[in-house]
Amino acid sequence: MATDIKWETVIGLEIHAQLATKSKIFSGAATTYGADANTQACAVDLGLPGVLPVLNQQAVEMAIKFGLAVDAHIADKSVFARKNYFYPDLPKGYQISQFELPIVGNGDIEIQLADGSKKIIGITRAHLEEDAGKSVHDGFFDNTGVDLNRAGTPLIEIVSEPDMRSAEEAIAYLKKIHSIVRYLKICDGNMQEGSFRCDANVSIRPMGQEELGTRTELKNLNSFKFIEQAINYEIERQIDVIESGAEVVQETRLYDPNKNETRTMRSKEEANDYRYFPDPDLLPVCIDQETIEAIKKELPELPDAKRERFIKEFDLSEYDSDVITASRDQAEYFEDTVNAANGEAKLSANWVMGELSAVLNKNNTDITNSPVSAEMLGGMIKRIKDNTISSKIAKQVFEAMCNGKGNADEIIDNQGLKQVTDTGAIEKLVDDVIAANPDQVKQYQESPADKQGKLIGFFVGQIMKQSKGKANPQQVNQLLQEKLK
Amino acid sequence: MYKKTIKQLSSALQNKDFSSEELVSSYLQRCDSHNSNLNCFISLMPETAIAQARSADKKIQNGEAGPLTGIPLAHKDIFCTNGTKTSCGSSMLDNFIAPYDATVVTRLNEAGMVTLGKTNMDEFAMGSTNETSFYGAVKNPWDTARVPGGSSGGSAAAVAAKLAPVATGTDTGGSIRQPASLCGITGLKPTYGRVSRYGMIAYASSLDQGGPITQTAEDAAIMLNAMAGFDERDSTSAEQAVEDYTKDLNESLDGLKIGLPKQYFDGQLDASIESVIQAGVKQLEKLGANVKEIELPNSELSIPAYYVIASAECSSNLARFDGVRFGHRCDDPEDLTDLYLRSRAEGFGKEVKRRIITGTYVLSAGYYDAYYLKAQKLRRMIRDDFRSALEDVDVIIGPTAPQTAFKLNEFIDDPISMYLSDIYTVSVNLAGLPAISVPAGFANELPVGMQIIGNYFAESRLLNIAHQFQQATDWHQQSPVGFD
Repeated sequence: MATDIKWETVIGLEIHAQLATKSKIFSGAATTYGADANTQACAVDLGLPGVLPVLNQQAVEMAIKFGLAVDAHIADKSVFARKNYFYPDLPKGYQISQFELPIVGNGDIEIQLADGSKKIIGITRAHLEEDAGKSVHDGFFDNTGVDLNRAGTPLIEIVSEPDMRSAEEAIAYLKKIHSIVRYLKICDGNMQEGSFRCDANVSIRPMGQEELGTRTELKNLNSFKFIEQAINYEIERQIDVIESGAEVVQETRLYDPNKNETRTMRSKEEANDYRYFPDPDLLPVCIDQETIEAIKKELPELPDAKRERFIKEFDLSEYDSDVITASRDQAEYFEDTVNAANGEAKLSANWVMGELSAVLNKNNTDITNSPVSAEMLGGMIKRIKDNTISSKIAKQVFEAMCNGKGNADEIIDNQGLKQVTDTGAIEKLVDDVIAANPDQVKQYQESPADKQGKLIGFFVGQIMKQSKGKANPQQVNQLLQEKLK
Repeated sequence: MYKKTIKQLSSALQNKDFSSEELVSSYLQRCDSHNSNLNCFISLMPETAIAQARSADKKIQNGEAGPLTGIPLAHKDIFCTNGTKTSCGSSMLDNFIAPYDATVVTRLNEAGMVTLGKTNMDEFAMGSTNETSFYGAVKNPWDTARVPGGSSGGSAAAVAAKLAPVATGTDTGGSIRQPASLCGITGLKPTYGRVSRYGMIAYASSLDQGGPITQTAEDAAIMLNAMAGFDERDSTSAEQAVEDYTKDLNESLDGLKIGLPKQYFDGQLDASIESVIQAGVKQLEKLGANVKEIELPNSELSIPAYYVIASAECSSNLARFDGVRFGHRCDDPEDLTDLYLRSRAEGFGKEVKRRIITGTYVLSAGYYDAYYLKAQKLRRMIRDDFRSALEDVDVIIGPTAPQTAFKLNEFIDDPISMYLSDIYTVSVNLAGLPAISVPAGFANELPVGMQIIGNYFAESRLLNIAHQFQQATDWHQQSPVGFD
């Protein structure tokens, strides 16, 4: 039964961001990813009889930072609650979370879409909780292993309002939150390792209808691409279900990236009754205004503000500013480069987004481990700007810097890469090339003015080759034009 | 030497009348000869005890001894003791060797005390008779056909029978005070948060509190000095500074204001118990106290409030006993659900299951407001009753328990009657207040305890009153026949 109804999608996201604390949220065990199984689980993480949780204040501060960054209300009193369910990777038989009184209340962020339009997405709440361990199904024959290294890792769960209307909006929101938590340095944002995870609540309704449709919750979304695919698949599935006369069932669905489909994980009826109640082992978290003010003062410049400032201060295009401020480390690197390059922003942006980014990708590393420091890159850009080297030679210098051959000035000196700007020397090169290529000279001189520009390239190329790239291209051009008249 | 209080033992050790090793050996011998009859201990630890005693003797020789150095004690088997079985009275933990010490154990070890063994208790501290223990009932030394009370029944019976000069206990709804009352000894439940709960296997976290079970109030003060204090591993432990609880013991009771709750003496109270308590109060009046009647209007609501809250918390606290990491695991589980169901069905006893099911029910969607939330409201009302009463009086006095020790198996199939026997104790836990039970006389040749309830952190005052009472009476010096 095909209909002409236009469907509107409604999406809300629940993001779980692991907080980058050194130790766990309720114990002193370390949180490093990838350690041998069960080597980072202490008595508290194992849920041994008699142990008690003690709240890690660093996690609280990080949650406050997040709240402030999304303009949210920070609760003066929030309460940890127990979420009770049985699972082998949940040692206590309950997860310590927050239920009725979360630490972060209502907030919002602005997202920007591909067409340049902007939209405000509401954040309902964000709360602190502990992560569970991991069940390991491989390598135990018919049994399941349990690794509790992750158990007790602090999480902040960020719940959005159902404000998004397409997968594109959902991804824009997700990326914005991703960028904010990384700017705040409260989460490393690594989706592969699961430190930034997302569940999506998706429903559809006829366009114009106020009432929400029945939603499904999508799980196992561990990359931006999969999230987008899963949502789009789910929208189509729901439309098919409704248009075929059936009803969408409220349930949790698992996304399978191999088949690009979602399938039923558990229905509403099978859902646990979590029997939340305030955890009697922990006192309410009380936060005074002074603490909030102190943390506010420490907040870094956030992505939006930085992006706007770079456009204003460095005259970057919106696009360049977007790309550069995508990560705080890259933005800071860029700014340091500009400073070292005597304020040369455009060239700095090109180099950071271009050559440097290519090298980092090739070496599979990030900008904090760049082989070339911002000071070194800026130093080199200064030499492009003052005509010591050409852009072309700069690539050679940059490569040498990547290989640890020293800074730009040392490399230019050692390898004799200084640009030739002596008019006499360039004039000799020009004369020699003109003399050696009479045919091309003739062709040039017989061509109409609008074709000459192209032909002159041949002479420039020859001269640059002769000078091993060191002749100043502007001077070469100018002299050629005079002599070929 | 086993007839002495720890205060007396301490002087004897310092005077080198005997060594800690001699003392500990003598207690271990008594334990050996009486434990099969009384069943006070789940584990005895002769080897580590002798080693601890020898190291205490060295300290005494070197003049490094404190007031508790070399003094033997028994720990309720709810406190984790590193390297030894910590069963909590349950088959679930029959195979559990604790890999760490509870904070209370650490503190008492550091004070130089010697652990004789771990005492029997109601399973997971759930019970008022000690009959719910997987290890069988403890017998009351005053009449071995009777229960010692619970849940710290093993500790109370051990101190009453002089198998240990002092023991630790825990009190969630009366589990220190009620067995102290039924065994004719002294039991102190400190203010909630005064003694760390770390390493004390949780029954109901918002109510559980560890404390000493002793022969005298003076001993309780000496023990509390070592047990009390903030613990960074227990977020609910109080940061309030610890005082020297012995310093006010000899203060006069002149002008002490005692409140007698009308609701405690309502005509329903057994006349023989009531007369013991009234006589005790008279004694305190002789020592200078003034008595007035007070109101605790909501006290009868404390039993339902307590059993909802305690059950709710225990249903969650005991979820960790799932057969996955430690404790009992069923044989050959078919799948995960089978592992959970059978491990827990086999590992827990009847009373524990009853409370887990009750607690799960009261927290369930649709019932939470009607039970759990309502119980929390009652709890606030009960606490407010105490607060306003304690604005007018210094302490509140009444019976610890509505009866003397009951017969073994008397309540085994009647949990409600057993629950009702907690009427005078549970409200104190709900309010978080400190209270002490002291022997005040006998009814039908069985000991009767008098409960003194004080304001938050007023342990010194309670111990002072109890000590002055014990200076003027000799109820606490009575010993059961065969153990004197």
